[in-house]
Amino acid sequence: MAPVPTERDLRLDLFRGLALWLIFLDHIPSNAVSWITIRNYGFSDATEIFVFISGYTAAFVYGRAMRQHGFIVASARVLKRAWQIYIAHVFLLAIYLAEIAYVANSFDNPLYTEEMGVLDFLKNPDVTILQALLLKFKPVNMDILPLYILLLAWFPPMLWLLLRAPSIALLASASLYALMWLFEWNIPAYPSGTWVFNPFAWQLLFVFGAWCALGGAQNLSRWIHSKVVVGLAIAYLVFAFAIAMTWYFPRLAVFVPKFVGEAIYPIDKTNLDVLRIIHFLALAVITVAFVPRDWPALKSRIFWPAIVCGQHSLETFCIGVFLSFAGHFVFTEVSNRVFTQVVVSFLGIAIMVAVAALISWYRQAERQGGGPRPPAAKPGYAGGDV
Amino acid sequence: MKERLLLLALLMLGSGPVWAEQPAECRVAENLLESSFRLPRVTRAIVAKHLTVLVMGAGSSQLPGPNGSNGAGNAYPVRLQQALAQQLPGVEVKVTTDVKAKRTAAEMVKGLPAALSASKPALLVWQTGTVDAMLAIDPDQFSHALDKGINIAHSAGTDVVLINAQYSPRTESMIALGTYAEDMRWVALQHEVPVFDRFSIMKLWGELGTFDLYSATKKLDIAERVHDCIGRLLADLVITAAKPEEPPVNGSR
Repeated sequence: MAPVPTERDLRLDLFRGLALWLIFLDHIPSNAVSWITIRNYGFSDATEIFVFISGYTAAFVYGRAMRQHGFIVASARVLKRAWQIYIAHVFLLAIYLAEIAYVANSFDNPLYTEEMGVLDFLKNPDVTILQALLLKFKPVNMDILPLYILLLAWFPPMLWLLLRAPSIALLASASLYALMWLFEWNIPAYPSGTWVFNPFAWQLLFVFGAWCALGGAQNLSRWIHSKVVVGLAIAYLVFAFAIAMTWYFPRLAVFVPKFVGEAIYPIDKTNLDVLRIIHFLALAVITVAFVPRDWPALKSRIFWPAIVCGQHSLETFCIGVFLSFAGHFVFTEVSNRVFTQVVVSFLGIAIMVAVAALISWYRQAERQGGGPRPPAAKPGYAGGDV
Repeated sequence: MKERLLLLALLMLGSGPVWAEQPAECRVAENLLESSFRLPRVTRAIVAKHLTVLVMGAGSSQLPGPNGSNGAGNAYPVRLQQALAQQLPGVEVKVTTDVKAKRTAAEMVKGLPAALSASKPALLVWQTGTVDAMLAIDPDQFSHALDKGINIAHSAGTDVVLINAQYSPRTESMIALGTYAEDMRWVALQHEVPVFDRFSIMKLWGELGTFDLYSATKKLDIAERVHDCIGRLLADLVITAAKPEEPPVNGSR
């Protein structure tokens, strides 16, 4: 197997940071600024980037831990990380319940009698909160962390296999994805339906990221840089862009031949449609082709805000979810003019950067100033988090 | 959907045309009401001077009335009847309703054959999607129910117009409407059925300040005016889509 590079690839942090910003912008309903996010111009969105890079960094960090300290120690670290994410999820849930309970108590309008029924779950908190702790009740936009928890909980054996037989591991992951489509596997949700991000589907992207981190990317690099592949990727992105335009200009929809429409729709996000995977791969190919690993600008100040967010992704993600609640609250209680939306969006990103920078500084101070634990105790942090 | 900037831009360019014959508050970008699909059975019914419409929907197709009555007199189905009758002089217009709160698309489809054979309408106006989104019904099941309902209506000799969810700014972060709106649009496209884009229209009203959709009130005045506008715009959509155009409608659609 090819040697694993020891220095962290800043491109991963950069694009994960950007993905976190986009997720924040997309999570504020009716946000004019979310016009700039990639989901409007093709099939895939920031979720794919986030899951792929999370898989990549998880393998990068825990793969080394597994080699140096063995299966048990590395698995314990992975599960500790999953536990941290679970705590973060429950914390966000508490904030969400506070917001919902406020709206339920203060808002009344005969026009929206039906819509207010969505708050009915507050009437039986015994069931709802229990279901939420079991990760079955997941309010809108709080689906990514439960997915992440499950993917990590399942990661130790996968990582073990990836380190020994990467191709077989990737094949196993792809088979699971195929079986999911065949048998329509998913995890039930409460009060009805299934998980919005089907873990049987999304694991493929996570494992593919891990596979790339453990040498797969190097094996692929000849292909990625070939002109044919780059050309195909561009062609596919143009196709996806053209289709996306018909969503906003229904008049254009008549130009989509019927057989094309029948072949591509519905583009399933829950089960990670193949069209979405290909769209993400095309974006990745273009990115790798045009942003070299040693691009000097990666160390410049322009990209630092996104990179620092990407290095502390869990904290940044949580603060982003919280800020999107807060942002929507501002829209409904204060003003929803486009100007406000722009201010809220940029202020939100600024807060995400500030928090990430604070955590970064705190980690450094902890390491230098003889914090609670000596730095040797956490080799997991190779300049950032998983 | 996020046509907002686009729509605003259209309006600013002056290409957002205006339903001059209607009070200003109903003005809305024309492209929200346009449909490339026709309603041939409605066309024939208008020619025959007898138009029956069935409105099937859930809670957002009704309003609580004063003193706890059901308020059917103010909700959009009745306004639709008034607007149709006014714009189609000489045509006998009858709108019947099958409206009950908290019903999913699949639940509505169950009662559809009976409702259709009872009133034999030329047009089914079908409002759905909100409850499915609130209960997070499997989107496939939702699409399947739409599909089935449209097929039942078409084989009973009834045209269909779909109505999507309301724009409800306060609950926007709690109900994920997106998938269901997209699925509805796609099913409608497959069956060549017009969609009345209530969501985008109401959103535009909210943005232009036509109606204050944020206000916390028990009073019915805004809700009634909103339903009035929906009823009239719906009538516009129906009449436009039923206009015989070249090539002449021959039922091949």
